[in-house]
Amino acid sequence: MFWSSILLALRAIRRNLLRSFLTILGIVIGVSAVITMVTLGNGATRAVADQISSLGSNLIMVRPGKRLGPGRDEAGSPNFKARDAEAITTQIGSLNAIAPVASKSVTVVYAARNWSTTVTGSTNAYFTAGNWRLADGRVFTGTEQRAGKAVCVIGATVRKELFGGQPPLGDELRIKNFACEVIGLLQSKGQSAMGMDQDDIIVIPLRTLQRRLTGTQDVNTLMVSVQDGGDTSRIMADLRLLMRERRKIGANEDDNFSILDTRQIAEAMTGTTKVLTMLLGAVAAVSLLVGGIGIMNIMLVSVTERTREIGIRLAIGALEREVLLQFLVEAVALSALGGIVGIILAMLASLGLAKVMQVPYIFDPSINLLSFVFSAAIGVVFGYFPARRAARLDPIEALRHE
Amino acid sequence: MNAASVRAAPETGALIELRDVTKTYGQGPATFLALRGVNLRIGAGEFVAIMGPSGSGKSTAMNILGCLDNPTSGAYLFRGMHVENLTRNQRALLRRYYLGFVFQGFNLLARTTALENVELPLVYRGEPRAARHAKARTALDAVGLRQWEHHTPAELSGGQQQRVAIARAIVTDPTILLADEPTGNLDSQRSHEIMDLLAALNGDRGITVLMVTHEPGMARYAKRIIRFVDGQVDSDHHNGENA
Repeated sequence: MFWSSILLALRAIRRNLLRSFLTILGIVIGVSAVITMVTLGNGATRAVADQISSLGSNLIMVRPGKRLGPGRDEAGSPNFKARDAEAITTQIGSLNAIAPVASKSVTVVYAARNWSTTVTGSTNAYFTAGNWRLADGRVFTGTEQRAGKAVCVIGATVRKELFGGQPPLGDELRIKNFACEVIGLLQSKGQSAMGMDQDDIIVIPLRTLQRRLTGTQDVNTLMVSVQDGGDTSRIMADLRLLMRERRKIGANEDDNFSILDTRQIAEAMTGTTKVLTMLLGAVAAVSLLVGGIGIMNIMLVSVTERTREIGIRLAIGALEREVLLQFLVEAVALSALGGIVGIILAMLASLGLAKVMQVPYIFDPSINLLSFVFSAAIGVVFGYFPARRAARLDPIEALRHE
Repeated sequence: MNAASVRAAPETGALIELRDVTKTYGQGPATFLALRGVNLRIGAGEFVAIMGPSGSGKSTAMNILGCLDNPTSGAYLFRGMHVENLTRNQRALLRRYYLGFVFQGFNLLARTTALENVELPLVYRGEPRAARHAKARTALDAVGLRQWEHHTPAELSGGQQQRVAIARAIVTDPTILLADEPTGNLDSQRSHEIMDLLAALNGDRGITVLMVTHEPGMARYAKRIIRFVDGQVDSDHHNGENA
């Protein structure tokens, strides 16, 4: 009885190719949408984490203002000075590099080309702290840093936009109103976690920036790179005390600066992408639901025809349980086929899209299983239950069904 | 009771017998009495036409005789066995092993070839594939449609569809063939072809044929005519005798 029911079910699938195809299609779309979106979301999260770790593993950022990010209240929070960096160098140990950083957006010109970019003023410590390597040329000399000479180290994007294929070393760019000799070229880092081009950068000595571009002694950020094995949390606590003291903050007052390490930044940003992944997953879940409603529709539309068919089968001597088994096998086979095709399609789509979006492909078994089970359940429920109702009718009633 | 015991039903007296059978539909004030005490005996090898106006209970009687429906009261004996006490599944097994059905609306499976339609009852009997094909082809041969075996109902005329349905009904060598208005959807030439076929099955193979019809021209093929009026047997006579 079992085998004959399977035989009948497979025949019914073959007979009703269009209906079977539409049922499978609903499941395929739902399953592949959910899996693809969640897989890409996971890939993006991983990409963000990878890029943050490329920043330098033990980096601490000290910034004026209480909070980091948009709307940070800089009003009333004085900027740092280059001397703050020197104080940290002398008073706190286990550090690789301390870089005072100030920056300004400007348009730079070379020959007939110009390019809007950010000019960063800092010391050679910036290259260490920011994990930068030179592709060509050299970094600043001590004299250049102290005297504020017009020399610069440029990123790959700036080089491409201004110099094209020409070798840039030794040439001079115009930054606002002064000429600046290119002495070094940085290795490309690619996009940052926030989607910004990290190679769109010009680094000049801090003093040069302060004198020729900003006209102040201000420093926006102190980048502190901790030695491997250094106790980051202890150093952060020391930094806080030192800064409170130097900024003359009373015992009852809040900090007017913030200290963050890359791990915290990484947590904040991977947290954001995780939320986005969940959002994508929710959108995809809606498409799974819509696919499910499609299946439901097709099954219900064919109820009249199926009820008559069930009536015929009962009249010629089929048992209720034989009819039910046939319809159950049919529903399971269609749903499973749809689920498997959906998983394969999702795998191909996420591999392709991951390449395009430059995120890693990560296979997530739980979401594959979850969406498969869900769609299979929809297929089985809506394929089986209308059939069960029909099989419980008197054969005569089922035959008369209009 | 299982399949074996159904098959081993004893053969005593009439093939089928209705004793004081009533059938009511609905409840309370909407109750409708479709059958009001019907007594009937039909022997093996008979060709019986059941006639009567609409609402006379002839189709209800047919459904009870075909084990598709149970009487409200009274007894239905099939080879001496009380069908009214059987469960749904037991009645299904009776239909499977003893009965063949032909309906007014043909009731073939859509998008299914004639051969597959005809072999369907054999699938439920668990017959192997080769035997199913051979028997189904023989049955299609008997109705003259052997060369149409790969056509679906949509590709066949009404008369051809009804002949496929007859082939499906006889492929199991049933004891009784029940036909409910088998010519109701056909023109007169096809109708006579179908009736010739039923008469031949009765005459040559000895299959008991029970047929409901309201066309006197079709009833003429039967050997015995039972007329229903208002849920009761009004007349019962052999063909050619006066009512």
